[in-house]
Amino acid sequence: MNNPAKPRILTEQDVTLHGVTKADLAMTAIETNSSGKVKMTARDVKVFYGDNEAIHGVNLDVIENEVIAFIGPSGCGKSTFLRCLNRMNDTIDICRVTGSIKMDGRDIYDPTLDVVQLRAQVGMVFQKPNPFPKSIYENIAYGPRLHGLASRKSELDDVVESSLRRAGLWNEVKDRLDQPGTGLSGGQQQRLCIARSIAVSPDVILMDEPCSALDPIATSIIEELIDELKQNFTIVIVTHNMQQAARVSDRTAFFHLGDLIEIGATNEVFTNPKNKRTEDYITGRYG
Amino acid sequence: MTEMNMTPANDPAAENLAPLSKTQQTVARSLNRRHRQEKLFKGVGLGAVVISLTLVAILFINIFAKGLPAFWQSAITLEIYFDPEIIQISEKPVQQPDETENAFRQRFIEWQSEVGMVNFNRLILEGLSNVIPEASERKYRRDSARIVTSGERYALRDMVIENPEIIGQTKTVHLLTDANIDVWLKGNIDRSLPDAQQQLSPKVREWVTMLSEQGIIENRFSFALFMNPDSRSSLASAGLAGAFMGSLYMMLVVIFLAVPMGVAAAIYLEEFAPKNKLTDLVEVNINNLAAVPSIVFGLLGAAVFIGWFKLPMSAPIVGGLVLSLMTLPTVIIATRSTLKAIPPSIRQAALGLGASKMQAIFHHVLPLAVPGILTGAILGVAQALGEAAPLLLIGMKSFVAQVPTGPFEQSTALPVQIFLWQGNELRNFFEARTSAAIIVLLALMLSLNALAIWLRKKYEKRW
Amino acid sequence: MSNFSLIVLLLALMAIGYQLGMVRSRRVATVNPQQKMHSRPHHYGMMVGLWAVIPAFFILVLWTLLAPGVISSMVAAQLPAEALAAEGMNADVIMRRISNLAANFGVVAEAEQWELAAAAYMQQLKSSSALLLTGLMAAIAAAGLFFSYNRIQPELRARHQIERTVKTVLIICSTVAILTTIGIVLSMVGETIKFFSFIPPADFFFGTTWNPRFSTTGVSEGSLTGSQGSFGLLPLLSGTMLVAAIALLVAIPLGLMVAIYLAEYAPANFRATAKPIIEVLAGIPTIVYGFFALVTVGPFLADFGASIGLTIRATSALTAGVVMGIMIIPFISSLSDDIITQVPKALRDASLGLGATKSETVRKVVLPAALPGIVGAVLLAASRAIGETMIVVLAAGNSPTLTANPFEAVSTVTVTIVNQLTGDNDFASPQSLVAFALGLTLFVITLLLNVVALVIVRKYREQYE
Repeated sequence: MNNPAKPRILTEQDVTLHGVTKADLAMTAIETNSSGKVKMTARDVKVFYGDNEAIHGVNLDVIENEVIAFIGPSGCGKSTFLRCLNRMNDTIDICRVTGSIKMDGRDIYDPTLDVVQLRAQVGMVFQKPNPFPKSIYENIAYGPRLHGLASRKSELDDVVESSLRRAGLWNEVKDRLDQPGTGLSGGQQQRLCIARSIAVSPDVILMDEPCSALDPIATSIIEELIDELKQNFTIVIVTHNMQQAARVSDRTAFFHLGDLIEIGATNEVFTNPKNKRTEDYITGRYG
Repeated sequence: MTEMNMTPANDPAAENLAPLSKTQQTVARSLNRRHRQEKLFKGVGLGAVVISLTLVAILFINIFAKGLPAFWQSAITLEIYFDPEIIQISEKPVQQPDETENAFRQRFIEWQSEVGMVNFNRLILEGLSNVIPEASERKYRRDSARIVTSGERYALRDMVIENPEIIGQTKTVHLLTDANIDVWLKGNIDRSLPDAQQQLSPKVREWVTMLSEQGIIENRFSFALFMNPDSRSSLASAGLAGAFMGSLYMMLVVIFLAVPMGVAAAIYLEEFAPKNKLTDLVEVNINNLAAVPSIVFGLLGAAVFIGWFKLPMSAPIVGGLVLSLMTLPTVIIATRSTLKAIPPSIRQAALGLGASKMQAIFHHVLPLAVPGILTGAILGVAQALGEAAPLLLIGMKSFVAQVPTGPFEQSTALPVQIFLWQGNELRNFFEARTSAAIIVLLALMLSLNALAIWLRKKYEKRW
Repeated sequence: MSNFSLIVLLLALMAIGYQLGMVRSRRVATVNPQQKMHSRPHHYGMMVGLWAVIPAFFILVLWTLLAPGVISSMVAAQLPAEALAAEGMNADVIMRRISNLAANFGVVAEAEQWELAAAAYMQQLKSSSALLLTGLMAAIAAAGLFFSYNRIQPELRARHQIERTVKTVLIICSTVAILTTIGIVLSMVGETIKFFSFIPPADFFFGTTWNPRFSTTGVSEGSLTGSQGSFGLLPLLSGTMLVAAIALLVAIPLGLMVAIYLAEYAPANFRATAKPIIEVLAGIPTIVYGFFALVTVGPFLADFGASIGLTIRATSALTAGVVMGIMIIPFISSLSDDIITQVPKALRDASLGLGATKSETVRKVVLPAALPGIVGAVLLAASRAIGETMIVVLAAGNSPTLTANPFEAVSTVTVTIVNQLTGDNDFASPQSLVAFALGLTLFVITLLLNVVALVIVRKYREQYE
């Protein structure tokens, strides 16, 4: 891959001209902003629904222990791309992914790779809180039980407690672990889902608009939580809320109509966007 | 730094890559077991589907293998001379100008019974002795009387009644053989059994073998199965005509009673009824009624229609009423779901133009609902057509040897005829006959269902 | 005139009334041009038509219901008492002979002089009744027609009248379902109470032997106590439950696994073919299953049992249960399929996102979430199995013994209802009446199952809507 001589601000025209330009842009962003070890790399990722190309060749790196936010108008492909990172798109029959996505250097679309293991490594939190219709305890214990992570009841209890603690939910629910998870408030349910996914100790947590169904107070609690979680996990968050991206993320990627338009350090993207469309979006011209 | 110089992508085993965490190693260890479970589970699921499909196949293959041969039945071709010596009857009566309908009918019935007194068996015997010379010998009387089934003499009688001019002529006729001969020729009797255990005497067997080699006895399509009513004296000529007409009358009652009433009830409940405790109760009641065992409707029919209203036993009208009540919930539920699926915008559009609610529904909603209502009605009729249990309780299992000519006459029904035939002592013959009757019933039901599917496919609208 | 021609005449009258009303309303409209007619001409026409026909039709219905009774009691009153006594025949039989004579219906052998006289009287009554009816209907129809015809005014709300009539008809139709339920309950409760006047309820509900004996016609009260047999419900109930349990043992695993496979694993085109084929099983008449059980499954099971050293009767609880199980596979699979596909995708995603395999997701998340709905489906199937008749009539062996051995012949509630009501039993004997007590028991059991199932399924649906 050719490195550009110097970073430059790409115009609308450049982006529509060549795929390479976009890759160059991504490279630039990585080169200029990355400070840590790369956790996941995506190269020329395209996603098709039937014959319809939803994502047109995205290049992007995710760096270990960072929070990276995907922003863009609805329908821009940010959630679709997110779901490629733990192959959740496999569950949609007509969906097809090309290009390469690697985690720690391993191709996650390699046929010999076990998707079960991948998903244990790359957890996911969804748009709407989706606790299982089971007790709070059982919700957390579900993953560890599946993967055989706790051999004794006491170990399992420990995993449940530490997960709930890390999700900041322990104090609220410790007296009613046997009550159904669906009985909690929306914000608590979402934290329960976060606790559920960290209970299997993943490396990466994908969050698909985790606060879109929540009120502002619950949202701010989750945002604080994300900030704490990045000590131990790499977090990829999709959000339609630019303020949220600005608040929680280290880097921001802007998607538009299936293209990655711009990626860079969050304050850079928000204060000094290189691309006209990013600027228009951030300043609220469309979206 | 790019990803290239940081991670050699094609070498996952490289030491400088993040090794799997302890958790991930545990996960990896569990994978084999879990994938085996996955395969097993999926296999069990597929197995269940395959078993269910196989069961459908076995059922159909079984019924068809047994029943199809029964559509062809062995018949003997004879030259029958309508001997004027034997058929001595008066002139066929003609209605006189001054004669009342009743008086003429009386006279005609008398003439018919006069024709009925003729010994048609002798005609058959004469015809038989043309092909088996020894058949008319006195010692073989019993044997020769067992070749042609006893009901066939009525076929000859009807020929004479139809056209008395054939007296004195010779006609080639195909007559059904005795049921046992049919079974024998189809190879459904163990031929090595000793004489004492054979239904047919040695002489009859000898003749039959000879005649079938000569092609005088051969398998012909059994019109008797469709044209004749049930029979106990002449088993080979037992047919489905009576049961078919009985079922037809009942279905007419269902079509003219259950379908309009069900549709009307559904329109009221879906479009007009206020939402309150009472209509809630009606709704629960209809759902429950749809799941009440059919035999309970039979008890209702026995107690109410026969016990209180004194309607005749065994009549298709009673059967039709019982089946109508049974089908009503099906029609109501189907119609309601069709009405529900029609978007409110259609009603609002009509109401907005100043139509009354009634006009909006009858002019705009109902025409759109017709295909759905028809589908539901046809499925209800198909369900009623196959139902036997309630009919047993209102006397429709009695043996009826005539084709009913009206809904108030004694009759039976197709599913009940199947029940009656499966119990016949001549198992070998009637197992096939019953299977044939089942094929007829299934064919009727499948064509009704196919019609419903076709209607749905043709007119289905997605909103 | 016959009822049929009367109805045809009524229809013709309706058409005439319609025309008259329409013409008149147009004339009224032209006479009062300043006033707007409330309804359209065809509404006025329809109103006149209905007024002409509906009252007359009610008279016709009433007359048809009542007249035969009145006539025959009038004839019966005229019959010479000594002739009746001499004949020693049932009054019903005599009346039937007379009405046959009166209708010229076939030739009644050796008609007595007094019978002929009575028949002639009946004929005369009938013809005058028909004449009277025709006259009455004509008068009422004419009155209705003129009444409504003269009422046509611009402010008359004809359309409202029509719509009210139609709505009344709709309401009447929707009460039929309720009336059916009431009819079922009343008729069965009535006959059951009669039955309990012979047999104490405790003997019925807790009796362990079923041996109803045959009743002789014309049972006298005294002879009943000695020879009425035992009417214990328990052997029948245990047989019913045994057969239903076997059926569910066959149908639940198969039906559920079919539903899971079709909902979760099967490719779309496989599902589109397999599902309707399996549902064919639900549309096959039960008598066909009965025959299949009797001639194919029963002998097969008996042979199979013999080959492994088990004595299985060809007609047994096992035979009936297995075949009934096949019959209810589609009930369970279709309902469960609907219910499983209603489990929100979010739950599946949550489980898959944690790294669960598909089968783990199904077993540990989807099925527990769908459980209430599946229980509802199973209860509906159970109610179906308990009320099923033809399969058990043919294949269960009809032997009312208290046994838990599935290889033995048993009898069920439904089989016994059929046996008791289709024999030559007197309709008023306990042997016949017990059928209604059994029917009521069956009705209550299935009703409970249905209500519970419907409530569960409804709650389940609401949960995910």
